[in-house]
Amino acid sequence: MGTELPLFPVPASTMAGRVDALYLFLILVSVFFGVLIATLVVSFAIRFRRRSPDERPRPIHGSTVLELTWTLIPLGIVMVIFLWGAEVFFAMARVPPASMDIYVVGKRWMWKTQHMTGQREINELHVPVGVPVKLTLTSEDVIHSFFVPAFRMKKDVVPGRYVTTWFQATRTGTYHLFCAEYCGTKHSGMIGTVTVMEPAAFQTWLAGGATGTSLAAAGERLFQDLACITCHRADSEGRGPKLEGVFGHPVTLASGERVTADEAYIRESIVNPAARIVAGFQPVMPTYQGLVSEESLMQLVAYIQSLGGPATAGPGAALASPAPAIASPAAAPRSRGQGR
Amino acid sequence: MTTQIGPGESGPPRPPVPPAPAEAPPPRVNYLNVAYGVKSWLLTTDHKRIALLYLAGVTLMFFLGGAFAVLIRLELVTPAGDLVQSETYNKLFTMHGIIMVFFFLIPSIPAVLGNFLIPLMIGARDLAFPRLNLASWYIYMIGAAFTIFVLVSGGVDTGWTFYTPYSTTYSNTHVVAAGLGVFITGFSSILTGLNFIVTIHRMRAPGLTWFRLPLFVWAHYATSLIMVLGTPVIAITLLTVVLERTLHLGIYDPRLGGDPVLFQHLFWFYSHPAVYIMILPAMGVVSEVVACFSRKRIFGYEVVAMSSLAIAVIGFLVWGHHMFISGQSTYAGLVFSFLSFLVAIPSAIKVFNWTSTLYKGSVSYDTPMLYAIGFVGLFTIGGLTGLFLAALGLDVHVTDTYFVVAHFHYIMVGGAIMGYLGGIHFWWPKITGRLYPEMWARVAAVIVFAGFNLTFFPQFILGYLGMPRRYHAYPEEFQVLNVMSSAGASILGLGYLLPMIYLVWSMRYGPRASANPWQAKGLEWQTASPPITENFERQPVVSEEAYAYAPEEEARVV
Repeated sequence: MGTELPLFPVPASTMAGRVDALYLFLILVSVFFGVLIATLVVSFAIRFRRRSPDERPRPIHGSTVLELTWTLIPLGIVMVIFLWGAEVFFAMARVPPASMDIYVVGKRWMWKTQHMTGQREINELHVPVGVPVKLTLTSEDVIHSFFVPAFRMKKDVVPGRYVTTWFQATRTGTYHLFCAEYCGTKHSGMIGTVTVMEPAAFQTWLAGGATGTSLAAAGERLFQDLACITCHRADSEGRGPKLEGVFGHPVTLASGERVTADEAYIRESIVNPAARIVAGFQPVMPTYQGLVSEESLMQLVAYIQSLGGPATAGPGAALASPAPAIASPAAAPRSRGQGR
Repeated sequence: MTTQIGPGESGPPRPPVPPAPAEAPPPRVNYLNVAYGVKSWLLTTDHKRIALLYLAGVTLMFFLGGAFAVLIRLELVTPAGDLVQSETYNKLFTMHGIIMVFFFLIPSIPAVLGNFLIPLMIGARDLAFPRLNLASWYIYMIGAAFTIFVLVSGGVDTGWTFYTPYSTTYSNTHVVAAGLGVFITGFSSILTGLNFIVTIHRMRAPGLTWFRLPLFVWAHYATSLIMVLGTPVIAITLLTVVLERTLHLGIYDPRLGGDPVLFQHLFWFYSHPAVYIMILPAMGVVSEVVACFSRKRIFGYEVVAMSSLAIAVIGFLVWGHHMFISGQSTYAGLVFSFLSFLVAIPSAIKVFNWTSTLYKGSVSYDTPMLYAIGFVGLFTIGGLTGLFLAALGLDVHVTDTYFVVAHFHYIMVGGAIMGYLGGIHFWWPKITGRLYPEMWARVAAVIVFAGFNLTFFPQFILGYLGMPRRYHAYPEEFQVLNVMSSAGASILGLGYLLPMIYLVWSMRYGPRASANPWQAKGLEWQTASPPITENFERQPVVSEEAYAYAPEEEARVV
């Protein structure tokens, strides 16, 4: 227990400063209005205290000018706050195009993270400093919420769908990871750490934790084990659509609608294939709901992502590419999530 | 029974009645002593007696809910989850929330003070549907009995928000019974609201036009609209939870083809307006109290009245601000954020108008006024921190943390309960015919104010530092602030126990109250304390504006 009382969590992401600035502005507005009201109430209460029991002050009915003043000025101020808040929020929602991909599954009561290179962690996440990281999150069971106070980042992790968020760490160190949406008995135990490392150290860590199987490779194996390959053949002769070069591209559906084949669409097409059938195909695929865990689904998605699509390679992908062979496993930091 | 009124009483400084309008001695028979025995209470259709039945019910539930709060704060004194097990802790905060929200805050002011005062304030004999009124109390008690059954049979651990799919699929506790308890008690709320709306429309005394109504009545009119329009939505929502849990209908659980976020939309569609069910009546109380203890018409009466309606209407359109990070669309978040800032404006207007009412008034510091001033202070902090949560980018960080916990306690406890206590003290002489001990009451009001701030202010800091809500155990660096909060809670608890003791004491030993001990305006003060069963000897006729503390010709507009 520290002796000093901090008022802010450590700012460790590009968003932290922006959120803190808005917070400080709101504190200023609140202090101003709080002090104003308190001063007026107290000074009126003292100055106009009852001096004789049969005092009958003259009534004041109101004033349109004053009413308009204290309607319009607060309205103006809250509109500034609204626009400022919205601006920060949209920046949080816009994932930079060249981000490093990490997949996260929430499950009562642990966080499982998977790197594209195949490293898997539990209740831990290692990331490099200065690189935008895109998280694709889902839940195996109930709603969780991925909260890293140091990054001023929080996202509800909803079962049955993918949500995405991103951050770019600015400061190395180890930070709290909390589940912020009540999820049952051990909710307060669903915590972990995010470790932000220098890029070089991160490379070493990646190498040390390498399983030899990237996420996509694990997905490819599943693709064969689950016999997906019998219908989704590379030669366009299968009963299902060919998956090469699909990821990230628009797809025309049987309904005539066009959707982008992103992570969420791929996932939905596996667990609920009949929902959005590609034009020219029959709804013959059985559902894989309950047969494939969310982690495996993410591996399959990563495999299909690797089969093609323009937006897969970026600095993050480059960073996550097989590390130099010189890195020795002994140099690897903790990676107790290995192989689970 | 003696009917002594006159000097020599302790209690609030009672100025001699200026023109001494020969106050008739109170009638020998009043609503309290007109009949005795359990049956005369349980079968009564007198709105005043039903109000007292509700008072007993909500007081019981308040102390029950408070007991859970005590255990929660005790557990959080240390970072480790060492006092109770996680399962128990989760049940504690769930029961605390369910009981306080649905069985105390929502019925407290409307069903107790509103029930008692609305007919008196508008010069009516009773509410429009007296038997429906009694039925609403029985429904409330059945709902409360369900909840107490849940409690003794092991509790429920979903949080008062019943979020799916945890509540429908994963929780192993008594979700169905708890949901039914809330479902049932909702009907008592609907019936009360319906009764108020009809009563206010149809039963006003001759001359009592809409813009002569006390602001307390306006506030309850707005509240009743929310009760009637909103409560059916929570009812049907909880019913669908029960159906998915028992029959596995796929509504919310994605494994059954449902959408978990849909539940949040439906839940908050009621539960955000429900906050206004709690706060609007408290605002009504504050308007009455501020007018009386500054002996002045509320500044901008019409604006304050209309702001209640504005809050009720806009309040229905802001539910999505609970869900900025829930996975709803970014643009939906934008709209809900905008509307949430709009709903802040009528609340701000009220605060400014109350403040201005004090200007050139004749301000006295009796207990109800202390609570009203406390309300203005705490509600201002609660409202301003609401702006933090309505700001999209900032909400991402502070939502689901102790910042939110602090914010809504400032509104619900700092606002609604301060208003409730202020109102109970203000109308206590009318309700019981007795005066409470003023000095004790002032001490208690100050203790409540200080204890409240010490309990909840540290939680704002805790929230910004990142401590999530509903955490049984927490990292060590949060301990100092948690200990402060728990220390404050023990002071707050004392502040709540004191009125319980001296108010009960005053029912027997307090000095007798005159018809109008505060020299207040309003029809309820023109009948005896306590009133007769019929409320008024003769049908009152209203010929002046509300809060006509001074002769009307002196009125001026600045």
